[in-house]
Amino acid sequence: MHEPNYDSFKRYSRQILFQPIGKNGQEKLKEKHVLIIGAGALGSGCAEILARSGVGTLTIADRDYVEESNLQRQQLYTEEDASTSLPKAYAAEQRLKQINQSIEISGLVTDVTPEVLERFSDVDLIIDATDNFDTRLSINDFCQKQNIPWIYGACLGSYGISYNFIPGKTPCMSCLLEQIPLTGATCDSEGIIAPAVQMVTSIQTAEALKILTENWDSLRTTLLSFDLWNNERSEIDVSVLKTDSCLSCGANPDFPYLKYQHQTKAAVLCGRNTVQIRPGSPHQADLSHWESVFQGLGYNTRRNSYLLSVSLEKPYRLVCFLDGRVFIHGTNDIQKAKSIYYRFFGS
Amino acid sequence: MNLVINGQQKSVSEHIRTIEELMNELKLNPQLVIVEQNGQVIDKQSYSVAPVNEGDQLELVKFVGGG
Repeated sequence: MHEPNYDSFKRYSRQILFQPIGKNGQEKLKEKHVLIIGAGALGSGCAEILARSGVGTLTIADRDYVEESNLQRQQLYTEEDASTSLPKAYAAEQRLKQINQSIEISGLVTDVTPEVLERFSDVDLIIDATDNFDTRLSINDFCQKQNIPWIYGACLGSYGISYNFIPGKTPCMSCLLEQIPLTGATCDSEGIIAPAVQMVTSIQTAEALKILTENWDSLRTTLLSFDLWNNERSEIDVSVLKTDSCLSCGANPDFPYLKYQHQTKAAVLCGRNTVQIRPGSPHQADLSHWESVFQGLGYNTRRNSYLLSVSLEKPYRLVCFLDGRVFIHGTNDIQKAKSIYYRFFGS
Repeated sequence: MNLVINGQQKSVSEHIRTIEELMNELKLNPQLVIVEQNGQVIDKQSYSVAPVNEGDQLELVKFVGGG
């Protein structure tokens, strides 16, 4: 039987035949490093396409773990990943390595803070696949500071939106938004259909391929949105919104969202009835120690190599991660979540 | 009043005078929406005074967070 050599460019032959990419573009892709922030619906889709396309180095970062309700749209995950509560970044890395073994792929189980971003100042592109504007505005400032292009993408219901933020050329996210929008209410209530996800990932990855193969003239310059259920599509040229006094991209930038005071220690997770608490100083948690502590207190626990789940008094449940983060499930109230956290983990 | 919103013909209440009132009717949060009216991007600060007129072509793009 013919044993294919997966390291060769043969696997990319159809993409190389596509004239704007060609052999030259394929070689460029191999040299590039893309950071994908978020391994949920958009992150899964973007990562799979970029891995199949032959981007040389992919890093995918996520703070969450796989649950049953993800399977409807998060294409990298299986029922087994959900039943074993695998961290998404880890499950994604495993699956992507099965898809393409000839590229570098690493999954990072972490909350993406400005400190984490600092480790990626040499990436060629950041794909936004997060579910919140706190992280997006940190990405925005980081990319302005380091001169890295990033591609915003988001979806809700049957609606999707995307924009290419190119430092020095386009307005930045702070120019477009002025302040952090409160989005908590929306994702809880409106749901999401998979085609909206796929549409956004297609738009994001098409633009990514243009950037990575340096086809700058083909880049879309508009803010694009669509609604697949209501058959609407809209594009706006927002270049006039670039603001010279902007603190993220203006003449005297201050990068406010990379500063300590803007970082939330406790965050409500989009659509999850869950609050994440991040300790002030990151540390490796000893999960087996905590498992015995909670069992000693009479709680039921479940543990894998990456996390410890503890069933508390109904409706609460907490999940401890190796990097010291804790999810408090069963509430959207940060104060309530903190009080549960401090009952067990002190201050 | 008849408007073209995101490429589609829409009929909205006659009493609507401004972009902000239109957003209220469409249940959109002005803070999250970028508006282009007849090819011109409207400054966010002026949504409460910018007039809406019969036949206007509007593009409304709202930011969402989900991913």
